[in-house]
Amino acid sequence: MSLLTTLARLEAVRAGVAQPLATVRHRHLAERPFVLVPLAAAGETGAPLAVLLGQDRENPRLLTVPQPLDRDLRFAFLARLGDELLPYLESFGADVELLERSVKDPESGEKTVEVRELCADAPQLVVPNPGAMELLGLVGRSTRFRRTAEDVDPGPYPVPARVPLLGRWLTHLSERSNVPGSSLLLPLTTTLSRHWATGQSSLEDAHLGALLAWIAPPPGERGERAASRAENGRDERGRLLVPPAGPATDPAFDSLLLSPAVTRYDAARAAQDERLTRARAEEIDALLESVLLPVWHQVWQGVDLLRTLPPAAHVVERWESDRWSYTGHRDRVAAGEPPQPLRDDAVTAARKLAQREREQVRLDLEEALDDPLAMAEHRLAGQAFAGEVVEVLPAYDTSGRSPKPRPLVTVRTEDRPHLDPGGEVHRAAGPAAQRAELVQLDAEAGLLTLRLLSGMGRKKEPEPGTVPEAGEQVCFTLFELSARQSAPLPEPEDTPWTHGGPPR
Amino acid sequence: MDHSTHARVDQPLTPLETRLAALRGGAAARNMDARALAALAANPGCDRRAVLDAAGVDKAALATRLGSPATFGQSPFAITRGLVFERRLRAERCAELVALLRTELLPEATAQSPVEVPDLLPSEGPAVRAARTRVALAEATANAAAGRAWTLLDRPLLRLDVAGSTVSLEPDAIVIGPDGRWTVVEIKSFPILDGSADPTKVGAAARQAAVYVLALRTTAAALDAAAATAQIGPGLVHPRPGTGPAARPHPSGASADVPGADVPRAAAHAAADAVGSGLSPADATTPAAPRLPTAVGLPSAATSASAATPGAGAVAAGGTASGGPEAALPAGAAAHASPYAEPVGLAAAVRTTGLLVCPRDFSNVAVAAPLDLRKQLAVTRRQLARMTRIETLLAALPETVRLDEAPEAVDTLAHAYAPECLAACELAFHCRTQARAAGAVEVLGRGVRGELGSLTTVEAALEATAGDGALARAARLREEALAR
Ligand code: SF4
Repeated sequence: MSLLTTLARLEAVRAGVAQPLATVRHRHLAERPFVLVPLAAAGETGAPLAVLLGQDRENPRLLTVPQPLDRDLRFAFLARLGDELLPYLESFGADVELLERSVKDPESGEKTVEVRELCADAPQLVVPNPGAMELLGLVGRSTRFRRTAEDVDPGPYPVPARVPLLGRWLTHLSERSNVPGSSLLLPLTTTLSRHWATGQSSLEDAHLGALLAWIAPPPGERGERAASRAENGRDERGRLLVPPAGPATDPAFDSLLLSPAVTRYDAARAAQDERLTRARAEEIDALLESVLLPVWHQVWQGVDLLRTLPPAAHVVERWESDRWSYTGHRDRVAAGEPPQPLRDDAVTAARKLAQREREQVRLDLEEALDDPLAMAEHRLAGQAFAGEVVEVLPAYDTSGRSPKPRPLVTVRTEDRPHLDPGGEVHRAAGPAAQRAELVQLDAEAGLLTLRLLSGMGRKKEPEPGTVPEAGEQVCFTLFELSARQSAPLPEPEDTPWTHGGPPR
Repeated sequence: MDHSTHARVDQPLTPLETRLAALRGGAAARNMDARALAALAANPGCDRRAVLDAAGVDKAALATRLGSPATFGQSPFAITRGLVFERRLRAERCAELVALLRTELLPEATAQSPVEVPDLLPSEGPAVRAARTRVALAEATANAAAGRAWTLLDRPLLRLDVAGSTVSLEPDAIVIGPDGRWTVVEIKSFPILDGSADPTKVGAAARQAAVYVLALRTTAAALDAAAATAQIGPGLVHPRPGTGPAARPHPSGASADVPGADVPRAAAHAAADAVGSGLSPADATTPAAPRLPTAVGLPSAATSASAATPGAGAVAAGGTASGGPEAALPAGAAAHASPYAEPVGLAAAVRTTGLLVCPRDFSNVAVAAPLDLRKQLAVTRRQLARMTRIETLLAALPETVRLDEAPEAVDTLAHAYAPECLAACELAFHCRTQARAAGAVEVLGRGVRGELGSLTTVEAALEATAGDGALARAARLREEALAR
């Protein structure tokens, strides 16, 4: 945790309510996101128990598996989940933008124009927490290779037709969620914690109810009280007042209520009493709905809270990357490609890793540019400084054939950048990408004199508006403001076989 | 003398045990297991937990009495699933587990060598079981040295001295390979999915397994010491078929399918029966009998002349004046007290790579994966060594206090709350309330304390924002950013 975050948490303790960690919203939020609150069957890997889902906060859909150990019931559940989810996921595929780019034919060297499709929007699933995200990934892993009755060789246990397709989509969404800043699949606790600092630890922030209790405590109540009631308040029967946001259910709920209900359901089934079986299944539905509905409302409350923040400037750009990701998967499905492999080959794995690293750097940069609170982290760390311009002196570089503008700008700042004369800095939020070097430093008075090196046009005099004026607020960083492209990886066919390429 | 917290009627209580039992009040002692020990080692500065665990206090019940019940617990569904998995592995003398270990642990040349699965008397008391485990370990090592067989010890019982009191530990299994190396096997019900598993769960399993490795090393050191006393070759045991008081036949055959293993098996039974038959009368009457099970701790020594002077070996090995191989445990541990010292003698036979056995993918089929324990081992060893002795900690409590009657007395023991406690200790909500009331910065995270240095309270830290240190600069930057 950074010192600034710690400070925000300390302030939250004093205030009894969470404090802002961001002045803008750093994640894309769809106008009508698709909310999914899944529960897992305890002890069974990746086995769903129930889900409450939909885009209409007043009318969620409930799906359950009355006996999670029963394979047929599980796949029937997944088929219904597919019926609910796939139309939503696929609905974004039709509306596309056409983008042109010129590509050079590697052999003839000729340039041709290639037209590519980019979906105008993409789906967004909002889940309570990273655990829910993992569960969806596991469901994807366990279903995408399943064979269906429509396959040439359906195998002994064919599943309903669209289940493997659902698995491929869930796999794609959960893969994408590993990319920093992506928002196709958004875990709420993590997203809220990025924007608010509570007066508790980050471990406790993983509890959605407690987190919300800190961000928006009931009137007149302090965050820590509201949070501990959300964590551990119980009714006279020992049930939690605020059920956990899943995917694990409260063990006490399991042993007091769910387990007996499942036993009754099994008995009715064993007796082959259809009416009773249905009634028992409805009892289980009611039980599960009673623990899911409170979480459903919490998720929408969290979405509302995020909406109170204006979107950050770079969110649109990052969402475009998500749209590319969505479009790419749409195309792979349409092209009849096989499901994602169990393990990536070396090149794909390296690509993904490189992408994640690149996106992390990009996210950090963009957040710093969009949000003074994020930039404050860099200023405190001596990696940036901000202040007022006190003097601007015109100066020129006359070493070349024609003189170039190299004005000297003196900035007063309270920041203490780790910078020596000659060191290079980059102007944040300026009119153009602009570099400068430190010429002189008066640490006592907090005065830094910089020589601007670029971003002023090609003429002898700088283009208007490219050089800050006295009295203007400026901010410079010691790091570059665009993510550097890492060295390109070889194409799969050029990869040595030792790293997963084709055999020679 | 045996410092067991589990001493039953077979042992008179030490003053420490008496004190700890009184603290518990009427309640029965909770077994301290490796999971608890690993958790304890994760927070070695906590006096409160150290005392409660040593006394075997039911912390969940205590938390309820204090008005801050824990949210701990396991779903009945998960428990059932875990049990089904373990039962399958252990069915028919661990047939499935043995098959799995064969493919995992055995070099091809020895793949066909027979497997011993000796009976470890699981229904006996801890002292007997620990003694039986030591005998079985010694025999298995001898068998391996003679190239006869490899051995799977199913649910052995080990003892480890922690902060001046002895705890009993039950690893899922120990394998003694044909190379004479000992491997700790840990069975878990979380899956290994596409070759990897949840790192948090693997970490917890590794910490537990590390505790077993430590206990095994201690046991090995005791065996070495015993062997030295018995004046037989180090780590070697001379089986004496038929010489033990094999008064009653043992119900179970010790070996799976091994005709060649008859000889050591007979010895094992002889020794085991010595324990069994020796104890049955002692339970009812004579308090003098406890000497017997400890003497059995010397492999085959129940029938040898050296059995009369077990204490001598312990003195020679570790310089402790108390008698019996049990007492040699702390001495043995002391020999490797530095967390960086490498074990010597038989203790070096304990591999620092454990074996994790889990269900594969979404199935019920078991797979095994090696588990590197070196890091956890170093950490746990250092943490355990750092723990203050229980006797010292108890001094803070009034002599007569009973936690079942006066739960709030627990507050006289210092806590060391950190948010990690929430996942590891039943008292967490109670300690958190206290830490919050005291304004401790640890409630925000363990790292915060280090970050804020000498500012240990929220109030002090917030006051410092008015000065001109890093916190003050941070506060100014925050204010400026939020003002925009
Ligand atoms: S919760 Fe309390 S007793 Fe338990 S380890 Fe933490 S500080 Fe110690």
